[in-house]
Amino acid sequence: MGKLTGLLKRRGAPETHTVLVCQGTGCQSSKSDQIQAALQQEIVQLGLSDRVKVKSTGCHGFCQRGPTLIIEPDGIFYTRVKAQDVPEIARCHLDDGQIIDRLLYQHPGTLEAVSHYHDIPFYKKQQRLIMRNCGQINPEDIQDYLDTGGYQALRNVLSGMTPEQVIAEIRRSGLRGRGGAGFPTGQKWQFCRDSAAPQKFVICNADEGDPGAFMDRGIMEGDPYTILEGFTIAAYAIGASQGYIYVRAEYPLAIKRLRIALKQAREHGFVGDHILDSDFSFDVTIKEGAGAFVCGEETALMASIEGKRGMPRARPPFPAQSGLWGQPTNINNVKTLASIPVILTRGAEWYSSIGTETSKGTAVFALTGKIANSGLVEVPMGTALRQIIYDIGGGVPGGKSFKAAQTGGPSGGCLPADFLDLPVDYESLTQAGSIMGSGGLVIMDEATCMVDIARYFLSFTQHESCGKCVPCRVGTKQMLEILKDITTGKGRAGDIDLLVRLGNSIKVGSLCGLGRTAPNPALTSIRYFRDEYDAHIRDHRCPAGVCQELA
Amino acid sequence: MDAITLTIDGAAVTVRRGATVLEAAQQAGIYIPTLCSDHDLEPYGGCRLCIVEIEKMAGLPTACTTPATSGMVVRTATPAVNEARRDIVALLLADYPDDCPACTGDDRCDFHQVVAYLGLDEQPFRRLHRSIPIDSSNPFFERDLDYCIACGKCVRTCDEVVNVDAIEMASRGYTILPSAFGGKPIVQSNCISCGECVVRCPTAALMPKERRLPAQEVKTTCPYCGVGCQIYLGVSDGQVISVRGDRDNDVNRGLLCVKGRFGVAGYVNHPERLTLPLVRKDGALRETTWDEALEMVAGRLAGFGKGEVAVISSAKCTNEDNYVIQKFARTVLGTNNIDHCARL
Amino acid sequence: MRSERGDLIAILQEVQARFGYLPEEAMRQVARFVAVPESQVYGVATFYSQFRLTPGGRKTVRVCQGTACHVQGEAQILAAIKKEMGVVPGTTAPGGDFGLETVACLGACSLAPNMTVDGDVHGQLTPAKAVEIISRLVEKR
Repeated sequence: MGKLTGLLKRRGAPETHTVLVCQGTGCQSSKSDQIQAALQQEIVQLGLSDRVKVKSTGCHGFCQRGPTLIIEPDGIFYTRVKAQDVPEIARCHLDDGQIIDRLLYQHPGTLEAVSHYHDIPFYKKQQRLIMRNCGQINPEDIQDYLDTGGYQALRNVLSGMTPEQVIAEIRRSGLRGRGGAGFPTGQKWQFCRDSAAPQKFVICNADEGDPGAFMDRGIMEGDPYTILEGFTIAAYAIGASQGYIYVRAEYPLAIKRLRIALKQAREHGFVGDHILDSDFSFDVTIKEGAGAFVCGEETALMASIEGKRGMPRARPPFPAQSGLWGQPTNINNVKTLASIPVILTRGAEWYSSIGTETSKGTAVFALTGKIANSGLVEVPMGTALRQIIYDIGGGVPGGKSFKAAQTGGPSGGCLPADFLDLPVDYESLTQAGSIMGSGGLVIMDEATCMVDIARYFLSFTQHESCGKCVPCRVGTKQMLEILKDITTGKGRAGDIDLLVRLGNSIKVGSLCGLGRTAPNPALTSIRYFRDEYDAHIRDHRCPAGVCQELA
Repeated sequence: MDAITLTIDGAAVTVRRGATVLEAAQQAGIYIPTLCSDHDLEPYGGCRLCIVEIEKMAGLPTACTTPATSGMVVRTATPAVNEARRDIVALLLADYPDDCPACTGDDRCDFHQVVAYLGLDEQPFRRLHRSIPIDSSNPFFERDLDYCIACGKCVRTCDEVVNVDAIEMASRGYTILPSAFGGKPIVQSNCISCGECVVRCPTAALMPKERRLPAQEVKTTCPYCGVGCQIYLGVSDGQVISVRGDRDNDVNRGLLCVKGRFGVAGYVNHPERLTLPLVRKDGALRETTWDEALEMVAGRLAGFGKGEVAVISSAKCTNEDNYVIQKFARTVLGTNNIDHCARL
Repeated sequence: MRSERGDLIAILQEVQARFGYLPEEAMRQVARFVAVPESQVYGVATFYSQFRLTPGGRKTVRVCQGTACHVQGEAQILAAIKKEMGVVPGTTAPGGDFGLETVACLGACSLAPNMTVDGDVHGQLTPAKAVEIISRLVEKR
């Protein structure tokens, strides 16, 4: 460390610095806004204003260590910064070039301090395409986005590509929907393009509802511009003149930044009439959800935008034929749209070189639960779970052992240690009984009861079921009742088979994706942790010691 | 007719283009259980009982929401389909009260019919109980939501058929139920008591207060106004006890208003209803025969000039009756002084 | 017609921001304003978990029930609030100082377990820390 500090000094003061202060929801909750204000004040007092710039950014991804700040160009990463640390940062580092060791990230294994952002294992093993600007740019300043090459993709598209060419490029890239189902994006756009209608709509699905997932929130808070740019390109490709971004109301900061980004984009002529002096006009409206998980389902989401109860409807007709107000509509997830600009600037071939045969590009995960480093991570498709959990996530803390990884939220499943070497892509996860989902990755350790987790998820889906169809409305209630019985020592012989039978009936019988996947957490935990169910039912014992009535 | 042909359970069925698989099956006389569909309502896909297997389609699509296409091959009662259906019905029965007032043993109740068709022989699920107060605020029907299966038929009827929108589904998930604004009693809503929801309710959640079943039915025209709605009067022991609309005529296609549905029996059976003509003799009204009454009227009318008489007819008569009386007034009595009671 | 009906949810959110809940008379007026049947306004108001039909407390505490929070012991936090403050989710503290609610997920999972007080996130909670934060909301009388 002394060597490094010396290195910094040798470069010779006065140096110009940019301090990137994370202003994501996580860091703001630990007062990063006050830290930034204090830092600015300190810099003025020390007379450093001409050579130190303080910049708000979105989420750095490493929320658990928040508040975080990065000092560029040194690339020094400070974690868990408090207001009282500010004078020292200003005087020692910014003025004097001294690194403050105690604020550096400490490797949980070796206990060694790591000074550079890029050397921290959490970041080192990541490949950030979708989140390339998150934590780097000021999410409330379009100029910052433009300085990183932002809106170049839209310029290229509007100046020299037909909608068909855009769709062809996206098809060649192999991009698949990042909302969870993994439908090829180019093909989806083509369906909507092929529907003849005077008015078409595009919708950005930002109703990130999976508990334990906050990828979309991080991107909206960190780089709302890339979403808007991708959205505008999608509109051009399918021929839509109006778009809606449907954001859940629980994300006030994301909504605020999207609104600012939209206003700036409009002022710069990236949204509105005759975008970049072309014939293409497109406007965007931001719609806030009101607390309904089911509105992540496309037809429910459209009903909600229309001001109705968010109840899904049967398909056909598909949204691409008859969607919002009966018009052809294309719906894409935040991460799908955020992938578009980078694909079009760097090319489909480059993009398709990342990932696996059938799953291209990168996947963003919200890594949480019993994990040393929790936060947002982006890795190439096909990366093994082990790499994400151990190399990036630093493994399970507290000397406990790994028990399961939960992917896909309430629609997904819990995978045991046998699957640690599973490459993370759409097909592999489905084959293992879980799903890719939108990116929630919750790690569970030996102190987690798998029956309790199944009960937790069924309680969630039961609460979020819209109530329209019987299998989901009453079936999830029954599954929950049975699981409650098991976790309170009232389980009966035959309950496991009953859960499996009922789960399968709900899967085949339900109207929408919510019901069709709701039994998954219970079914996979039975598949991989059946002995825990047996212990609860037969021996009235909770092996993890979680279920109070059985302890 | 633009028609298509598909195969249902091995039989070739030809239907109009645009028909659903359920409509095609019904046309061919093939029974597919359903609790949320109705030929007056848009497909809903809520009860999931009409799931079928269709070749080249994934999963078990619902017949009510799937358009029939040419060459489609449908199987309506495979083991997989019926297994899922039995679980669905068992789920509904798990929180359905044991004592059902609608259970008359006949097939009037859709739910009863579905259970009988599927032959449920076990209840594998946990018994759940609901306890929602009965709403008897409406003078003509009661709502007991313990029997509600949330099929949404009442709500959709009020919206799509009657266009009154007195009720809507409220809450969500397991607690979803039809409700008037603010969860208030129905009588405090803009409900017009037409009873169309009561007719369509597949369970005992909406029941007319008059629950007797008629011994026989008589087809007639509703006596309340000139529209001419066709009805079946249900009769028992010489008394009218029920009314139902006739779906097979073009005047009302089975629809009725509050008067036709709930008002006929009341006045037909009312003790003060006039069933014989009255004449005033010595200052008092007394019953007489039609011959005597008509003779008296004819005799008196003969004593007046054309402009001296007026004819008042009744809005409760049929259009045809009113036509005849105006014809009589104009051509026989020679007067244009004719009106009817609805304007008085 | 289209835009008015489409604005129903946003209008209800505005009403709730003003009153803290959706008063019945306000819902009736909204129904007239957007030309939507009253029953349907009620249907929307009862569908979305954000809307409340009764007045809440002066402050709103929302305890996150997301997966990460569940795994990190959200249940103990709710239990502590119930024990120390005598308030369970869906109810308001005596005197109306705060209303307690649960929320499906705040999306601040790295800081689990979390709660918000009038929208401000408090992360990495322990039962004691949660009780301490809530205690500060109770006005001295």
